[in-house]
Parts: sequence; C-alpha cells; structure tokens
Amino acid sequence: MSLSKLKVVLVTGRSIEQGVSKERGKISDEYFQSVATCHMDPDDMKELGVKEGANVRVTTEFGSVVVKAVKSKRTPHKGTVFIPYGPWASIVVNPTTSSVGMPYFKGIPAEVEVAPKEEPILSLRELLRRHFGRG
Amino acid sequence: MSTSVVQSVTCPICGSFCDDLELTIEDGRITKVKNACAMGEAKFLYAPDLKHRWLKPMIRKDEELVEASLEEAVKKAAEVLAEASYPILYGWSSTCCEAIRVGIELAEEVGGVIDNTATVCHGPSLQAVQDVGLPICTLGQVRHRADVIVYWACNPWEAHPRHIERYTYFPDGRFQSSMWRRYLTRWGMLAQRKRILRALSTHPYIKAILPPLARYELSPELFVKGRKLIVIDVRRTRVAEAADYFIQVKPGEDYELLQALRALVRGIELEVDEVAGVPVKLLEEVVDVMISCDFGVIFFGLGLTMSRGKVRNVDLAIKLTEDLNDRSKWLIAPMRGHFNVTGANAVFTWQTGYPFAVDFSRGYPYYNPGETSVVDILLRGDSDAALVVASDPVAHFPKKAVEHLVKNPLVVIDPSKSATSLMADVVIPSAFVGIEAEGTAYRMDFVPLPLKKVVEPPAGLLSDEEILRMILHEVRKIKGVA
Amino acid sequence: MMMELLIKNGFVYDPINGIDGERVDIAIKDGRIVERVDERRAEIIDASGMIVMPGGVDLHSHIVGGKVNSGRLLRPEDHRKDYEVKTKVTRSGVGYSIPSTFTTGYRYSRMGYTTVMDPAIAPLKARHAHEELNDTPMIDKGFYPLLGDWWFVLEFIRDGKIEECAAHVAWLISSVKGYAIKLVNPGGLEAWGFGRNVDSIDDPVPYFNITPRDIIRGLCKVNQLLNLPHAIHIHTNNLGKPGNYTTTLDTMKCVEDLAIDDKPIAHVTHCQFNAFKGVNWKTLASGAPEIADYVNKHKHVTLDMGQIIFTDTTTMTADGPFQYILYKLTGNKWVNSDVETETSAGIVPIRYRRASYANAVQWSIGLELALLIKDTWKVYLTTDHPNGGPFTEYPRVIAWLMSRIARERTMKRLNKRAVAKMTLPSIDREYTFYEIAIATRAGPARSLGLKNKGHLGVGADADVAIYDVNPKEVNPSRQYKLVRRAFRRAAYTIKSGEVVVKNGEIVKSMMGDTIWCNIHVMPSLAEDVAKGLKKRFREYWTVEYDNYPIPEKYLSISYPMEIKAKV
Ligand code: SF4
Ligand SMILES: [Zn+2]
Repeated sequence: MSLSKLKVVLVTGRSIEQGVSKERGKISDEYFQSVATCHMDPDDMKELGVKEGANVRVTTEFGSVVVKAVKSKRTPHKGTVFIPYGPWASIVVNPTTSSVGMPYFKGIPAEVEVAPKEEPILSLRELLRRHFGRG
Repeated sequence: MSTSVVQSVTCPICGSFCDDLELTIEDGRITKVKNACAMGEAKFLYAPDLKHRWLKPMIRKDEELVEASLEEAVKKAAEVLAEASYPILYGWSSTCCEAIRVGIELAEEVGGVIDNTATVCHGPSLQAVQDVGLPICTLGQVRHRADVIVYWACNPWEAHPRHIERYTYFPDGRFQSSMWRRYLTRWGMLAQRKRILRALSTHPYIKAILPPLARYELSPELFVKGRKLIVIDVRRTRVAEAADYFIQVKPGEDYELLQALRALVRGIELEVDEVAGVPVKLLEEVVDVMISCDFGVIFFGLGLTMSRGKVRNVDLAIKLTEDLNDRSKWLIAPMRGHFNVTGANAVFTWQTGYPFAVDFSRGYPYYNPGETSVVDILLRGDSDAALVVASDPVAHFPKKAVEHLVKNPLVVIDPSKSATSLMADVVIPSAFVGIEAEGTAYRMDFVPLPLKKVVEPPAGLLSDEEILRMILHEVRKIKGVA
Repeated sequence: MMMELLIKNGFVYDPINGIDGERVDIAIKDGRIVERVDERRAEIIDASGMIVMPGGVDLHSHIVGGKVNSGRLLRPEDHRKDYEVKTKVTRSGVGYSIPSTFTTGYRYSRMGYTTVMDPAIAPLKARHAHEELNDTPMIDKGFYPLLGDWWFVLEFIRDGKIEECAAHVAWLISSVKGYAIKLVNPGGLEAWGFGRNVDSIDDPVPYFNITPRDIIRGLCKVNQLLNLPHAIHIHTNNLGKPGNYTTTLDTMKCVEDLAIDDKPIAHVTHCQFNAFKGVNWKTLASGAPEIADYVNKHKHVTLDMGQIIFTDTTTMTADGPFQYILYKLTGNKWVNSDVETETSAGIVPIRYRRASYANAVQWSIGLELALLIKDTWKVYLTTDHPNGGPFTEYPRVIAWLMSRIARERTMKRLNKRAVAKMTLPSIDREYTFYEIAIATRAGPARSLGLKNKGHLGVGADADVAIYDVNPKEVNPSRQYKLVRRAFRRAAYTIKSGEVVVKNGEIVKSMMGDTIWCNIHVMPSLAEDVAKGLKKRFREYWTVEYDNYPIPEKYLSISYPMEIKAKV
C-alpha cells in the first residue's frame, strides 16, 4: 500500500550536475534535465509508490511544481527531499526574508505526490510563460 | 592550424579559484583543459559555445525579442535606467571587479539600489560578521597548518570540487601532510561495506546492526596521526563519507547543535543524551578532538545561512570559534560560492562601506538589509526598472519576487542565455570574463587573482566593463552631466 | 595647455629650504615649482594673511587593502553617522574611522595633504591594495609590504644568507609594487599562526630557530644592501603591553651598530603604543622620557607619534596576537586574518575614553614623545590612522602640539589619577608653525626619501597647502582653536599644480601617482631568484608564481622609483 501524499522537508541547493550542466547553457536540455528533478530517499519513494524517473508534484505553501523523481545517491535522508537550484525550485521556495534580505531556500515544509497525467514537467519556456506570462 | 598552451589560468567558476589550469587553444578554440574539476572543464569547453549565447543585442518589440545594434541597445538601457525613479542593479558575482566598479558608479548616477548575489547566499554571514566579527585566514594557512578541518552545512565535493584537494585534507603543507592514504583506505572499506550492504539490503535488521562507518574501522595508528576531517550536515554527502567524524544533524537544528558544542567547549556537561538528533557522546568525543588540536578551521556553507536561524546560526558558529581560541588556534570561513561574489562584496565595501544591498536614492550609500536588499524591494513592489548583470534571478528568486521583476523594464547584460534574459526588454550579450576578457576576481578568502583572456570573444561582443561604461556615458548624456 | 600658477604674499613655511614664515611667492608650471612664471598669464592665488606649506605627507595611515576593507565591512555603525553626498565633482561615500576610498582621498585633500603611505599590506593581497589605491583620488600614495614574518626572510636569515634574502625582498617589493620594508611584531606573527607569540626580541620563533633580533638586524642589512629610500619601518614586539618601552629600546639598540653616516636606518612607528611603562594596566605609566632620551642621543632612528584621540575608532594592525588580546580585553567584535607564508592581521573597534586611566596615560605618551624629542626631524605626526583615531583629527593634535593651554584644557577632563602621574604638565614646549611643517610634511618626506615632496624648492612637485591663518596675528598658544579650524579645511590645496580644494571643498577631482620601488639587483642574482621561486612557489603559496606579481599597467598612474641595489 502506498501513500498518496508524503509530507517532507524541502531543501534546495547546489549540485555538481547542476554546476556542470549550467555551463552547457542555462536554457539547454542538460540543464533542464539536471534541475527539474526531485532527489528522494528510496524508502520515501517506495512509500509513495514512485519509480525512478516518474513525475512528482511538489507543493508548498507558496506554489506547486512538477519535476522528475530521482533516487538520491546520498542516503539515508528519509523525509527530506532535494531540488537543485533553478527555475523549478524557485516556484516553491519560501520568499519570506525575515528582515535579513534572504528568503528560505532550505527547510521548507512540502508535500510530494505522484503527478497527475495531465500535468507534465514544463520546459523552461513553458514554465516562464505559465508563471510570468512571458519568455 | 595553430596550437598554444596557456598556463596558470584562473578558473572563473567557484570560490576555490584554482589558478593552476592549463588550457590548450587550437585555432582560437579551447580544446583541452588540464587540472580543472568537471565544472571548470565544462565551463571552458562548453560555455563559449555559440549555441547558447545571444550574438546580437536584443530589444523587445511587440512582445518579441528582436535584434538591435549595440548603440540602440545601450541607448535603450540608459533610458530605462535614467527614467526610473527606483531602479535596481543586480547580479555582479559573475563578473570582474573592474566591471563592478563601473556598476556602482552607474547605480550612484541613477540613484538606484545596487545589490549582489550575496543577498541570497552569504548575506546572513556578512551580517553575522557585522555583529560579531570573523577570525579567518587564507586557504594556504589551512593547507600548511590545519590538523582539524570541519565542513559544516556545506558540500565542497559538489560546490567547490577542488577545495579539499587544494586547501584542506589532501594537500601537503609545511606542518601537515596529505591524508590521501587514509582516505583511500577508508574508501576501500566503504566500497566493501557497500557491497555487503547491497547483498543484505533486503534485510533491514542486518543493515541496522552493521557498525556505522566511523574511525573505529581504521587502524588506530593511522588515525592518531595527521589531519582530522569532521563533517556536519543534514545529508550524508560525499565529503561526509570521507570524514573521520560525521555528525548528521536534524534539518533546521544547527542552532541547537552549535549551542551544545559551545557548552561542551566551555566545559559544561549536557544533561541530555541527544541534541539535534546527535548522541551527546559523539559530540563529546568530537569536542575533545577540537580542543586538543594545534590548528582548527570551520568551513560553513549555505546550510547554515539559508535555514531556520540564518544570521543567528552564523553568529553562533563564529562565537564557537572565538571560544575555541581559548583552547587552541581556531578560525572560521564561509564557503563563498559563486565565482566573484567575494570580489563584489569587496568592491562594494571599499566604494560604499557596505558589502551588498546599497541604496543610492538619497545621494549617498545607505544600507539596511531587509529594506534595501533586492528580494525585499521586489516583494514590496518598490522598484520600477532593473539592470541584471551576469546573473539569473528569474531562475533563482522566489516566484513572488520574479513576478515584480518582470513587470517592469528589465535590462540584462550576460554572456549566455538564461531564464532572465528570455524575460528581458533589452539584452546586451557580453564576452565571458576569465575566458574572453581579462579582469580581477577574489577567492573566497579574499585573495585577489587575475583572470586571463585566452580566446577572442565572438565578433562584436564587448566586456561587461565596456558595456557598462557605455551605458554610464549615455545616462550622463541623458541627464545632461556628460 | 601650460598650467601656470602664482601664489602671492603668503607666509611660507618650507623647512627643507630653511624658509620660516617669510613672504615668498611660489611659482608653479606644469605640475612643478619653478623659479618664476609670467604674471600676466598665470592664475594668481592671493595668499595674503595665510600660511603656505608644502602639501602634507603622511607616512603611516591605514587607508587601503584587505585589512582596512574588512574593517569597513565590520563597522556599518561607523558609517551610518558619517556620510558624504555625491556632488558634481565627487563620488559619495561613508565612514568616520574607516572611510570608503573616495572619501579618504577627499578628506586628506581637504586638509592639505597630498601624499599618503599605507604601512601594512600582505603581499599576497597587494593586488587588492592597488585596486583600492586606484579608487583613492586626490593623493599620491603607496604602501609597505609586510615582510618581517615572510618564510623566505626567516629561512634566509636563519641560514645567514643575507644577500639571497635581499634579492628575494627586492623581487617581492618590485613584484607587488610596494615602497618599503615593513616589520610588524617580527617573529610574533609566524608564532600566531599556531596561536602563540614571542615576548621579547630574543624569544625564539617557534620552528624557525631564529629570534626577532635576528629578523630586525637581517632586514636592516637587507634595506641597506638594497639602497631603499626609506628605513625599515618597525612595529615592535610586545606592542600594546605594559612595560613594552624596554622592548622598544632593545629594538632601537639592536641595530645601533649597523648605522652608517647619520642616515636613519630604522623607523619605529606609532611609538605611543610601544612606550608603556608599568607592569599592568593599573600601573601603566609613560616610557616616553626614556625613549626620548635615547632618541635624543642617537641618530639612527626616527619615530612617529601614534597619538590617540578621545573618540570611537577602529584598531587594525598586522599584529594578530595583539589584536586578540585587545579583543579579550574589550569584548568587542574581532576580526582576525592570517595570510599564508607571510603575515597576519586583526581588527577590533575601540573607544578611547577620557575617564579611562590607561587611555589618559596613552594620550600623554604620544604628546610627550613629540615634545621631549628635541629634534623635530626625528618624530612625525600620526595617529596611526585609524588605530589612535582617524586622520581627520590631525588638526586636534596640531593644536595640542602648538598650545600648552590646549593640552591643559584637555587634561582637566581626563582621569585624575593619570594626570597626577604625567610628565606632560611640566612640559612647556610649544611647536611653531615651522615645526608643524616639519612634523607633517618635511620630516616624513625626508624620511621616505621622496626628494620632490615635502618642500617648495624649484623642481619640487607642485603639491601645496594654503591655510587661512595669519601667523603674524594669531597666537597659536592661545588661539589654538583658530589654528585647528584652519588646518581642518585648507583654503587651497594644490595637487600637481592644479587647484583641487578651495575653502575646504573639493573643486576638482584628480588621480595621484602610485609610488613604488623598482629595485634592480645583479641580473644573474635576479635570474637565480626567479628560477628558485618558480620551482618552490607551490610549496609556499596556494597561488601560482605567474599570478603573484602585479603588472605595472594595473596601477592607474604608476610612479616607479628606479633603485640600484648593492647586490
Ligand atoms: S574547484 Fe572551482 S575553481 Fe577549481 S576548477 Fe573546480 S570550479 Fe574551477
Ligand atoms: Zn599602523
């Protein structure tokens, strides 16, 4: 039996894949592949019933975004998911700066679920159009 | 065909600033990169590639970006900035100090706010320094002397790939030597353990009773001598696996852990068994190592500045370091990330007195993070235009901030295409500094280094500095002061 | 276009040329002082009733570089209350004790200063210092690289290889475009690498098997071998510790036998901070009489005051261990910054209080040094900016030097116990304008070996300050406030032959020269040095050999002094 929604803590950050792929162009396919992802603990994936490469929807108080689930290489970190910095992560981070100028990019309460069929992962341009009406 | 080799090239990517790269140039193209990590190599080999760059200035007409001449684009950019009443000038961490100097002059001229990317990474660290100070050193000092190295809430293997090899655990120094041998031994055991684990992975019980990967697996003699690596993080990162001690802290509980360590360093006993998910026994052992070393250093990363606590976390980490100096020599350094963000802070500070978030709307530098920091300005909806230089806020700022950014005229100067440039009203492509243009940049420890020009930029592309000078000149013309 | 200027009717104080308040007209053409100009063509400045002096020369003021910039970063509260608004000719800025770069240049210029030396730059971070110098307008400038704890120096001196040491120092100074050899707590900074210190000039440096005495003597010989224009510039061991005046005497004595002719060979800087008598802070007393007595009897040393001002300021030195002690003492915020293979640094904010016994004693020590040393050519006016107080407070020091009454008024407000023990009240001496001109321009210029500066003789750089105070009418002893005001805001500052300040305001912005020593050693020796360094560079530093030297084109206006060494 798998859960339909998993409560997790969202951490965003740098990864070497993101670092490398960024240099291949920030609107390139490599970059897209590396940052439109959600790195999860395999146990969490099992609980949710998602397979490597499946689409998941990550929702926080601030927004919701569909990205690809991938098995984290550095485990265990049950209950914590990781999305590399990039336009996809930015949709769901916490903008509150608590008067030091910096939003919360880490430690944001979130929910992960299997993405419905009609919600694919948006390409960069689609994402920009959808959220900001331009691009 | 002409081939040449350029030595001592500085890598313009992360705060490690390796300056020992060797590039092979064939027919004006970089074909080989020696000594760099994967990130550095990718930058030199792929970044200059034309397919993900704008080759001509672009201006938005009828909702579409169309090609324009440099003069047109500069003029349009100058108009946007000169006409705005509260423009923001943002980015700066991926360009050289020479360009930043002009950028500040421009911000002063248009009475805008200038902010750099520290605002969303080590901004809280800088504010902590303003609260309590910072005992720090250059990275070579660590290489020569450190026998205890702590990485806290950072992931050097991924974000600063050569940091460990060049400056901390693996290099030889005058008083300390490389820990490669120990690492390889442990790595061999780790591989073995992983094999066993894989075989047994169907039995969670067996997995649970396997001994943790810690120093006990090494021969004591191998352990006693030499440097020790302590890693504190919420995730078991790759550097954690190389560590002599790994402390896995619960997400968001760094503050509690710091407090516990501070108490232990001061000789106060803790009445609990566990703090922030870590057994106190382990903490006691680690503190013993920390107070009995000759030279210790804490490198901390965004995990501290970006999670609950922010400035307070860093304050406390610095305080812990100061306390440790009662017992032996201890220093602390932020793992400054992106390329020249340290240089941006340096130039901002010497020209305006403040490291980021500087507001010139009063005619003099005014600084109040939380008010004059760019994310706050965007969230309040105060700005009415923006210039973004060598940065991609559309990809990295929270959605709500981006919404306001793109509502107003947006000028972008950037060597490569980015989410932000796709949203811009004016795009002026520039040469890659450190590859196609020279300049100065600062390593994370404030050591300044020269950036080389190794190949020619695509025809017609100028450096950030030159473009900014043209805009400044044009702004002054519009304002009648040139 | 020929720029011609004629300063008429002023009372000129030009000690190097022996002019003591006489009315002499000063003619300027193309940035230099000339015999005469054509009065019909020249711009005339009427200096009647005013004082005319060479532009001020400061040989010890921390104005640029990594340490100063960390100080700026550390102290937003220092900037908030003191800012400069952008004008048509000037950039904006902030900062009281650690002003931003543009502001630093403007404020010096407003006081009639035209040349300033930063005394403590880590060679590895010299590029940073040059970047800031490029953003520091109005003044000619330079810096002294920190060399007293550089591993190469320690090793060569240990091995008795003075000539090799000299050749390496020559390479370093020329490479980083520095001006003089600076020692700070020699040996102590290397010890500080592991959190230790040395406690006398004979305390061995851990792991290096030499003593501070060896380092001081060694670099003194190196300085002579290289024919450098300035003496070695020393911040002594034990700075800031009660009882340290004996260390200062030991330091001066230890090079006594190396003197040739009457040329000073060692400059002991901000001497106030190392002229402490007593065994602890409670018994602190002035060691100025003993030091003055020694200096009066010897010719091989010069000093600067390092006067403290009662104000809120920021201490910053390369003396890491001293700064740590100060941090422990005050509990204020603390920056430490150690630099591989070379040196260290520390920063701690401080407030000097009139009511504090120790601070009151410190105040008296600085003035006693200046007043008890008979020959003004041996002691120069500094506050070790910003350590003793910001340079903008120099006019206050001038008033104290020129007026007994000014000193007494200040003493009335000081800690009583301290005043009761002071020598200062018994000193009658008051500086004349002529002596002020020595202490603030002629003396430092001569000490630096800057032949075109600090005087108004034909051929000198046309750097001139005019102050609106009439020496024939004003009695500085009683009307010291008028003097103070005049020195705060020059009536005119002329830099390289151009009027840049009028009535204390900047009327023209300009860039000065960066002065450095290009030292030539024998080509074969230079080659050996380069070869050896190239091979061993990575053992010492974490940057590449190629990336260490600073190309001349990096300096916005380069002014190399070509120097032929004896080796
Ligand atoms: S560690 Fe950083 S500076 Fe060094 S090669 Fe890799 S990306 Fe470049
Ligand atoms: Zn000093």
